[in-house]
Parts: sequence; C-alpha cells; structure tokens
Amino acid sequence: MTTVEPIDAITFPAARGGCPFAPPPAYQEALEQRPVTPVSLWDGSRAWLVTRHEDVRAVMGDRRFSADARNAGFPFLSDGRRELAVENPSFIRMDDPEHARFRRMLTGDFIIKRVEALRPEVQRIVDGFLDEMTAHHPPADLVAEFALPVPSLVICMLLGVPYEDHDYFQERSRILLRNHSTAEQVRRARDELSGYIEELAERKANEPDERIISRLVARGDLTRAEVAGMSLLLLVAGHETTANMTALSTLALLRDPVQLARLREDPTLIKGAVEELLRFLSIVQSGTVRVAVETAEVGGTTIEAGEGVVCMLSTANRDGSVFASPDELDVGRDARRHVAFGFGVHQCLGQPLARLELQIALETLIRRLPGLRLAVPVEQLRYRTDTVVYGVEELPVAW
Amino acid sequence: MRVSVDPDRCCSSGQCVAAVPEVFDQSEDDGVVLLVQPSPPAELRSAVRTAAGICPGRAISVQES
Ligand code: HEM
Ligand code: SF4
Repeated sequence: MTTVEPIDAITFPAARGGCPFAPPPAYQEALEQRPVTPVSLWDGSRAWLVTRHEDVRAVMGDRRFSADARNAGFPFLSDGRRELAVENPSFIRMDDPEHARFRRMLTGDFIIKRVEALRPEVQRIVDGFLDEMTAHHPPADLVAEFALPVPSLVICMLLGVPYEDHDYFQERSRILLRNHSTAEQVRRARDELSGYIEELAERKANEPDERIISRLVARGDLTRAEVAGMSLLLLVAGHETTANMTALSTLALLRDPVQLARLREDPTLIKGAVEELLRFLSIVQSGTVRVAVETAEVGGTTIEAGEGVVCMLSTANRDGSVFASPDELDVGRDARRHVAFGFGVHQCLGQPLARLELQIALETLIRRLPGLRLAVPVEQLRYRTDTVVYGVEELPVAW
Repeated sequence: MRVSVDPDRCCSSGQCVAAVPEVFDQSEDDGVVLLVQPSPPAELRSAVRTAAGICPGRAISVQES
C-alpha cells in the first residue's frame, strides 16, 4: 500500500481564492507541484486528487477506474452523495457494459443533427424569456428570470415533463446536488422526484407521446424504477448545469469588456467562445470521481486497487502544457480540448444540447441587450461553493 | 491520410461530427460514429486531427501517409 503522508493532504473541497472564476488555490498549487496529490474528504477518508489534463484524461479513459460506487473504496464527496450513488444508481454510476446498455437508449436523442434541429425552438424559448424579463423595469435577476428557465423549459420539452411543475423539481434537484444535504434529505428528495416521474410515466403508458419518458416506457424492457432513474438524471443534469453556466458566463463577460466587445463585433466567434467559457469556468467544481479496481499508475504515482480518485476538471482545463496563458479568458482561442464535460465513456450525454443552449442564450443576450450591466457592486454577489455545480446565486442586471 | 473509426469505442459524443461533418456522421439510432470519407482531402486534415485528439472514446485513428 502507498502510505499517504497525513500532513500533505488537501482538505476537500478546498476554499476558493480571490478570483471567483479560478479553481481553489490549493488545487492549482497541486497542479504545479504535486499533480497527483492526496486529499482528505468530509468523513476523514482519503482519495487522490488528479489535476493535470493528461492524467485526468488517462483516468477517465481507463477501465481500471470504475464509476460504480458499489465498489469498495469509492470516494464520496458528501453523505448525501453516497446515498445517491449507492441506492438504485443511474447509469452515470455504472460501468460498461451495463452503463452502455442504458446510455445507448438515449444517445439517439442527442446526435448533432437532431439537436441542431432544435435551434429554432430554443431560439424562440430564449427570446420568450428575454421578452418577459425586459418587459418590466430593471433590475432583474438573470439567474431566476433567464438562465434557469431556458434550460429547464428545454429539458421539460424533451422529456415530456410539464414545465408548470418546475418549482417542485428545481427545489429537489438543488437538494440532491448540495454538499451539506444530509443523507435523509437526499433520500426524501430523490424518492419524491422518482415518485413524481413514475406517476408521469404511468400516465404516458396510457397516453403515449413522442417525448423521451414516453418512449422509454414504450420500450417494454425497462422497469418503472429504471425509467424514473434515467429521466431523473436527465432532468437534474439538464438544467442546473446549463443554468449556472449561462449566468456565470454572462458575469465573466461583463467583467471582461474586451472579450465582450470582441463577441459583440464578431458573433461568429460564439461557438468557440462557448468552448472557452466551458474551459475557463469549469463549473463541475466537485470534479469527477472514480475508484481504482486494479492497481494503476497515474502521472508517476501508483494508485492501489480500492483507492479513490477525484479528477479535477478545473485544473486540467488550466494546465499550461495544453492551454497557453490558461488563466486568461480568450474567446478567440481553440479550447476544444477542454474536459469540462468529462472524458471517456461517461463524457456528458447532453453536451450537444448544452452547447446549443449556451450559444443561443449568450449570443441573444449580447445582441439584444447592448447596455447589459451589473445592477449591484460585484462584491455583493454570492457564489455557489457548497454544491456540485458552481455558479452565482443571483445576478442582478440592468440594461 | 487514412482515417478509421472503432464503433465499439465510440460513446456517441458527436464531437467529431461537430468538428468535421464532411468526414464523420452519426447513426440515426444510437449516434454511433459513421465514417463518410476515409481519405479526407488536404484542407480537412488538420480538423480531422483535432477530432481524433478530442474524441472521448479514442475511437478515431489517423494514419498519415
Ligand atoms: C454546461 C453544461 C453541462 C456540463 C458542464 C456538464 C458536465 C458533465 C460532466 C463533467 C459529466 C461527466 C460525469 C462523470 O464522468 O462522472 C456529465 C455527464 C452527464 N451529463 Fe452533463 N453537463 C452539462 C449539461 C448537460 C445537459 C444539458 C444534459 C442533459 C440533457 C446532461 C446530461 C448528462 C448525463 C445524462 C450524464 C451522464 C453520462 C454517462 O454517465 O454516460 N448534461 N456532464
Ligand atoms: S468523437 Fe469519438 S466518441 Fe464522439 S461520436 Fe465521434 S467517434 Fe464517437
């Protein structure tokens, strides 16, 4: 066994530093000085923090590292996360071939052409929420009035979930993703959401439509619990992430007028700009977690079977050996090698949709609101540090 | 340049299609990669290399000749 020097371990999650967009300084130090470094988790257990781009891709692309939390030694980032990962896990917490069986039932819905065909519909949704927001006098909270409703309505439409119920599932999604939620709170939120979707699925069995939940029900080879688990994963992953990314990207651009002006002058930069913002902001602040099921070497460090690994996407995306001047936001660079969506077989299923939503939301915001600005001093903003997905709590803006 | 793809390693991310739609496509059923042009013309080669480099399943091989 590798003996881990107790003094060396970074406490996870580490605190962020002065820049709201940068990873915690302790992780950045690890990237420079000890790229595979021990961390101490909330319950005192240990795991390895992997910080370099090359090493993160190596772990995420290697079957010796399992995403299945039922394996001994799996690193849980909170008590609630353990509950979610172990009890009736969805395919995000499975390995192939089990994982691939479920994932492939959904990949057809997220092929590039099919997602691209949603462009007019997503544009209409974006314009609609922006119309509503600007119909009243500024200021407005961009998070509540724009960034969250857009992806929420889009994923509801794809799944066939009534958008009117958004308060119900948004509240519970947040409990699932929050670090300080107790196991009991997570269990209750998950059971309520599953119950909600199972009821919906029951109705779709009698009145089928063309949406995802209905089609999963109609397959006939999935249990109701499996349908609920897959739908729930899409529902939760489908709106919190894009919502936080939209608001935080807006803030990053407002804080960097030069980059904002470049985008305003040349809207064709938007696709590349979204990749760069994904890299620069790396909002999945918890990283991605795996456990070694065989002994493996990562960046010169031996990781024994049964040891946990946390792949830090945010530091990998600021690895100077891959991205020049990594701490600078540069909407003109080619950032496509980023790992903000992960890497390997679990790489984000919804990425084409997330890209489409972000491109349209940001392009439209910049084009339609040339006077967009913060409505409060930047020091007053509060950030979401205690949850899987980083973001800003509220973003009061004027225009 | 000769390009080949391994559908068994593909996880349907669509990144290759987004990078070079002239060379890669996806199956309508499950999004698995389809090779449209195994010998891409010179002007597409650098984009093909990018696609091979970002493919999350390492399913794209490129043989320079
Ligand atoms: C900017 C937005 C998004 C970011 C940054 C993001 C990030 C990620 C990351 C890092 C993973 C990998 C997790 C792991 O390997 O353990 C992942 C997986 C996943 N994401 Fe996303 N995501 C985003 C948007 C979406 C959307 C819009 C959807 C749904 C429509 C979605 C659905 C999923 C699903 C289903 C998985 C599990 C895939 C699997 O295990 O095979 N995500 N996402
Ligand atoms: S980039 Fe790789 S994994 Fe993604 S669709 Fe293309 S071949 Fe498949």
